[in-house]
Amino acid sequence: MKADPHGVLTGTHFIDGDHACCEGALAAGARFAAGYPITPSTEVVERFAARVPTVGGTFIQMEDELAASITLQGAVWGGAKAFTVTSGPGFSLMMEHIGYAAMTETPCVFVDVQRGGPSTGLPTLPAQADMMQARWGSHGDYEIIALCPNSPQECFDLTIKAFNMAEEFRVPVMFMMDEVVGHMTEKVVIPAADEIEVVPRKHTRKSVEDYLPYGSNGDMVPEMAHAGEGYKFHVTGLTHDERGYPNMTPQTQDKLVRRLQNKIRSAADRICLFEEDGIEGADVVVVSYGITSRVAQRAVQMARERGLKVGKLRLITAWPFPEKKIAEVAPKVKALVVPELNLGQMVREVERAAQGKAKTVAIPHAGGGVHSPDQILNAIVEASRC
Amino acid sequence: MRLTEIRIAGFGGQGVILSAVVLGKAASIYENGFATMTQNFGPEARGGACSAQLIVSDSPVLYPYVTRPDIMVILSQEAYQRFAPELKPGGTLIVEEDLVRVSDLQGDPKVYSVPATRFAEELGKRMVLNSVMVGFFTAITQLLTPDAVRKAVADSVPPTFRELNLKAFEKGFAYGTSLEAPLRPEPGELTYSKE
Repeated sequence: MKADPHGVLTGTHFIDGDHACCEGALAAGARFAAGYPITPSTEVVERFAARVPTVGGTFIQMEDELAASITLQGAVWGGAKAFTVTSGPGFSLMMEHIGYAAMTETPCVFVDVQRGGPSTGLPTLPAQADMMQARWGSHGDYEIIALCPNSPQECFDLTIKAFNMAEEFRVPVMFMMDEVVGHMTEKVVIPAADEIEVVPRKHTRKSVEDYLPYGSNGDMVPEMAHAGEGYKFHVTGLTHDERGYPNMTPQTQDKLVRRLQNKIRSAADRICLFEEDGIEGADVVVVSYGITSRVAQRAVQMARERGLKVGKLRLITAWPFPEKKIAEVAPKVKALVVPELNLGQMVREVERAAQGKAKTVAIPHAGGGVHSPDQILNAIVEASRC
Repeated sequence: MRLTEIRIAGFGGQGVILSAVVLGKAASIYENGFATMTQNFGPEARGGACSAQLIVSDSPVLYPYVTRPDIMVILSQEAYQRFAPELKPGGTLIVEEDLVRVSDLQGDPKVYSVPATRFAEELGKRMVLNSVMVGFFTAITQLLTPDAVRKAVADSVPPTFRELNLKAFEKGFAYGTSLEAPLRPEPGELTYSKE
């Protein structure tokens, strides 16, 4: 399906990542956002609040992030595409409802413009330290999808992708920006609406009598029906059967929770987006994501100028973790170097997926700034020697 | 357009960020190059320290921050004290003539000054001092074509103020074009006026 032209601000713009994310959401068809503004994410909802009345939709500034993260789900069940936007402290408050969205299979997008933590931390300074929280922050077994843009252009493009994946898999998608990407201003090209592919809600065509709200359709993603359409069922965070009724048996739990996992894991190859360059023949591959991937690419250039054989693997999808790709790369290289704006999060996933086939080198940074290209270069030089 | 690092600094309300937006737009949209702009400002809406970093290049900008600026535009004394030492040796320093006293210069920069605020007041609105500065910058650095910057000014300001901002641009541009050489202030000396 093509994008609704009303929401698409076709043209060439010079805007920051937060604004581009908002435009991506509007282009993807989001017509509802609930939020509790927090820096460095405020500009997303500020723009949405200004733009959405011209497009036809609603923004509600809620009393807090708990309310925001559940209100948007009400809007989704009412038929809207919806999202919320926050940063670390608010993201922490949203965890309960991310679990609820995973359990009730509510397609929606949570934008987290990461700043330094823990707690209030560094309000307008960058970090990438919510990466594990995005994956594991709510209790229980579930899968989510997380994407990491590295430019304002990608904040636009990947926000659309985030909404599309949310609809395709009926899953909450975490859009993991960081302060630098959010506040960085660059050229953003917004194409014509008929060049933007938008995934519509997977709405049931079944009659009220035949409809099973959590029934399997062969692809593990159930069809949806909205409130007020006559399909009466219970949307509950309790373990439920295909009809949506709470059912506390181990069998129902096993069937439901495995499906919630498998609908994502079985499609991981399709969901896992990455960008690679010069991996064949490399001694060292730098694995990075978000703003750090740009600093890393500069370091890779510098290392190549010195004659080192260095490749780059940029993770666009962080979750599900592209373990297959890492497992494929690891046996071919001496080391995998992983710079990130935290004290060691995704590097552990890289290490796990490498299965000891390559040395894994972390380049931690506590946040508040970005690495210098030299820091990453030094680690590349060191790793090339081993 | 080889990779050029630019810092613009002053206080809130002088249009520091908008100047960087205009130049970034000119480089990336109207000259089809690449530009990355980041900004720093305090919680104050007006009067607090404010600075913008702009990197323009003919290839994609990777590292988003200025490390050693080639060009610096300084609109307040506080910004001068803080940022002037960062300027690349032999770099270009542009200052607001009435607000910045240039002293203790290191690294043999090319210094240019313009009474941007005064010019803006003469045009009727102090607010357009940033467009005067952008015009002056365009003439002095010759980094961007004047037409690209004109277009960027025109589509970055509210329609009601478009004409005034374009006038301000032309004023700064003409003044910059008329200057023959950078000044060489003695340590501690006040910046020069045109004579």
